[in-house]
Amino acid sequence: MGITQLLFWLLTVMTLGSALMVIFSKNPVHSILWLIVTFFSISGHYILLNAQFLAIVNIIVYAGAIMVLFLFVVMLMNLNESSSPVKNKWLRFAGVISGGSLLLVMVGALKDTESMQKEILMNTGNIGLINNLGTVLFKDYVLPFEISSVLFLSAMVGAVVIGKK
Amino acid sequence: MILLTIDWAYTIEKMVLIAIVISASLLIAMYATYAERKIAGVMQDRRGPNRAGPFGILQPLADGIKLFFKEEIIPNNSNRWLFVLGPCLAMLTAMMTSAIIPWGSTIEIGGRTISLQIADINIGILYIFGVVSMGVYGIMIGGWASNNKFSLMAALRGASQAISYELAMGLSLIALLMLTGSLSLKTIVEQQINGHFWNIVYQPLGFLIFFVCALAECNRAPFDLPEAESELNMGYHQEYSSMKLGFYLFAEYINMFISCAVIATLFFGGYDMPFVDESQLSGVTALLTGLVALFGKTFILIFVFMWIRWTLPRFRYDQLMNLGWKGLIPLALLNMVITGAVVLFTMKTP
Repeated sequence: MGITQLLFWLLTVMTLGSALMVIFSKNPVHSILWLIVTFFSISGHYILLNAQFLAIVNIIVYAGAIMVLFLFVVMLMNLNESSSPVKNKWLRFAGVISGGSLLLVMVGALKDTESMQKEILMNTGNIGLINNLGTVLFKDYVLPFEISSVLFLSAMVGAVVIGKK
Repeated sequence: MILLTIDWAYTIEKMVLIAIVISASLLIAMYATYAERKIAGVMQDRRGPNRAGPFGILQPLADGIKLFFKEEIIPNNSNRWLFVLGPCLAMLTAMMTSAIIPWGSTIEIGGRTISLQIADINIGILYIFGVVSMGVYGIMIGGWASNNKFSLMAALRGASQAISYELAMGLSLIALLMLTGSLSLKTIVEQQINGHFWNIVYQPLGFLIFFVCALAECNRAPFDLPEAESELNMGYHQEYSSMKLGFYLFAEYINMFISCAVIATLFFGGYDMPFVDESQLSGVTALLTGLVALFGKTFILIFVFMWIRWTLPRFRYDQLMNLGWKGLIPLALLNMVITGAVVLFTMKTP
C-alpha cells in the first residue's frame, strides 16, 4: 500500500465521517463547521487526482465564502437546540422518501459513466492543472461557460433587486 | 533513503525548513510588537517601552510571560470547544501562508540542492487566497462561542469586511497574473530578477489596491473595525484571557509579517537585491544577499503598516463598506481591463 492509497483511505474516512457529523450534530453551527471539514477532505481528494486548481477553488469558493455566509446567517438568527421547530411525522417521512430517491437517481446516473468503468488514476494526468483547464474551458466549452456566467449575472441582479426593497 | 515510497531525506529537509520558517515568523512577530510600540512612541513624542532590558528590548519576552501566567477564564455560557478552537484557528491560518513564499533561491548542502521554499505548487498565489479566506473563521468562531453580544457583532463585522476586501484583492491580482502568466511565486520572482523592472512599475494601481486590501485583511488600523474599542469594548476577543488572547494578538502580527513578505515577493522582486547581479555571486553570498533583500523589503513594508496605524483615524463602518465595494472593486476592474487591453495589443501570447 503506497502513500497515495494510504492518503486516499484516510481522506475517504474523513469525508464520510464529517459528512455524517453534519447530519447528526444538534447544533447548526457545529453542522456548518463539520461541512467545512467535509469540503477540505474533498479538496484533498482533488489534490490526489492532481487537480490542484479545482481543489483550491473548492476551498476558496465553498469553504471560504459560501460557508462564511451560512455561518453568518445561523449566528445572526441565533438558532439553538431548543428553538429548532419540531417537525411533524409526515414531513419527516416525506423527507426520507425524497432524499432516498435522489440517492437512487445519483447512483443510477454514476453507475454507467465512463469514469466508473476505468480504474481511476491517482496522482497522474494533468487535466486539472490551471493551464489545461483554462484551455478546455475557453476553447471547447466557451458557449456553456458564457451562458453560465449570464446565469450568475441574473442571480446577482435578482439579489440587488431584493436588497433594494 | 526510500521507505514506503517516501523520500525521507526530502521529508526531513522540508521539516527543518518548516521549523526554521515558523520560528523565524514567531520571533519576527514578537519583535514586531516591540517595534510597534516604539514607533507609536516616536510618533506621539513618547519614549515607548524602556524598562525591561536596555532600550526595553526584553519587553516582548516580559509580555509573553505575563500572558502565560494570567488566569485562564472560560465563560460559563460559552461553547467550550469552539471557544478554544477560535484562537487555534487564527494562529494556524496565520502560519500556513508562509509555506509558499520563496525565501531565497537554492543552496547546496552535501550534494543536495535545497530550494528555500517549502512548497512550489503550481497554484501558488491561489493557495494564499484559500488560507486567507479561512482566516476569518478564527474570528467568527471565537466571537460567536464567547456568547457575548459585542463579540458577536465584532465577529460579523470582521467576516463581512474580510469577504468584501478579498474580492478587490483578487481582482487586483488578476491584472498582475496577466502580466506574469504564472501563479507560482517562484516564477514571479525569477521573472522580476531576469526582467528589467519590478512588478510595481507595471502595476502601480494594482499594488495600491492590494496594499489597502492587505491592511483590511490583517484587521489593521484604519480598518480595525472588528476590535473597535470605542464601540465594541474589545471586539471579538473580549471574553478571552491569558494565552488564548495572546494567540489572537500574536496572529495579527504574524499575518502582518506574512502579508508584507507576500507584497515584497509579488511587487518588489522578492529576494532580488537591486543593482546587484545575483548570478555573479557565489552560493553563500548570493543566499545572504537574497535574505537581506527580502527581509529588508518586508521590514520597510511593516514599518509602513505601523506608520499608517498611528497616523490615520479609524473608518466608520459604512465608510469601510463604501470604500470596499464602490471604490476599490470598480478601480480594480478598471485596472484589470486596461492591463488586459495592453497585454492583448503589445505582447505576443506567452
